[in-house]
Amino acid sequence: MDPDSLAFIFINAALSNNFVLALFLGLCPFLGVSAKKETAWNMGLATMFVMLVSSVSAFGINWLLKEFDIEFLRLICYIAVIASAVQLVEMIVKKFSPSLFRALGIFLPLITTNCAILGLALFQTFREYDFMQSLAFSVGAGVGFTIALMLMAGLREKLELSKVPTVSQGAAMSLMLAGLLSLAFMGFAGLGSSHV
Amino acid sequence: MATLPNQEEQISLDTFTRGIWKENPVFVMLLGLCPVLAVTNTTMNAIAMGLATLFVLVASSTLVSLLRKVIPKQVRIASYIIIIATFVTMVDYLIQSISLELYNALGAFIQLIVVNCVILGRAEAFASKQKVGTAIVNALGMGVGFTIALLFLGVTRELLGAGTILGVQIFSSNFEPWIVMILPPGGFFVLGAWLLLFEYIKQRKEEKQLLVEGVANHGS
Repeated sequence: MDPDSLAFIFINAALSNNFVLALFLGLCPFLGVSAKKETAWNMGLATMFVMLVSSVSAFGINWLLKEFDIEFLRLICYIAVIASAVQLVEMIVKKFSPSLFRALGIFLPLITTNCAILGLALFQTFREYDFMQSLAFSVGAGVGFTIALMLMAGLREKLELSKVPTVSQGAAMSLMLAGLLSLAFMGFAGLGSSHV
Repeated sequence: MATLPNQEEQISLDTFTRGIWKENPVFVMLLGLCPVLAVTNTTMNAIAMGLATLFVLVASSTLVSLLRKVIPKQVRIASYIIIIATFVTMVDYLIQSISLELYNALGAFIQLIVVNCVILGRAEAFASKQKVGTAIVNALGMGVGFTIALLFLGVTRELLGAGTILGVQIFSSNFEPWIVMILPPGGFFVLGAWLLLFEYIKQRKEEKQLLVEGVANHGS
């Protein structure tokens, strides 16, 4: 497949270079909000939306910065835009679904410090994607993030009912699970080039 | 989170050491995991990342602590992020000028130091409430703790995955490298294994404590 085609970028971001399981981006919500499938799903959707908004804005900002030749301000501008996008999502969620707002709790504002979002903006800049490619990339990354989160939540719900040695309960167990998932996702490497 | 002046703590050895062991950002608080797992496939990357984070942590803690009476409460998080982003941009250009090879190896993860929760966490929970001296010492401790954790992972992964440490061959040439350890799954496995070990040590210690107390109670 042509590495610049939209389909390739989408599959690459969603599966073969999954943001969570191959690039280690967005681990905090991955380990923090993956206890229940429902919250995981909603978190995935919220993150996907923020990704889309910040990807589009990052594209615009980058063009603007290039125009004025002040690219050293890129990082500061990106993070400010992401913080505002998250604030927007927070307001929307609070207005339309107060129960979801409570369920996501502290993790909603923490999307700001989710490396997956900033990582997405930075990667699309480094790879010099055009507008459509950036869109495909951000949707792919969002889908990949949601898939990883849902898989993890499903596994952890099953684990609740099984006997686990006390030593390995909690974070260590989750990390081992994530490692196995990551191993499985390496099988997608054939779908595209695996280097970043 | 009301800031009371009498909450300021005196500088003690504990201010420094708790970041290394008792409140280690990686092994105990599980903060800032993204860089911990992403760049620790070689020892060199781990050291570079650790030092870069240490610098940003100390510099931003200092500035946040100095400005703690100036920054209005409502916009404090945004201000902290801007401060952190400024220092990260500095580090980014610094590493680029020192070693382009290292810069390419770390990639976007240098800029991603901005969203490392350890740094924002320190700014919000500690530096914004303490005197400059205390904040610097605490940030140093946390940074050193973070670097040590990165080293733990970097050394293990490079040793198992390539049979080398800092590029120096350790095992004989008969050693079949455990490639998976330098690939993404290895990061999860190694960190999980270290956490298991620490949990095991902790539980052993607690059991012993209980046993000692039990014997003492029985005797009296």
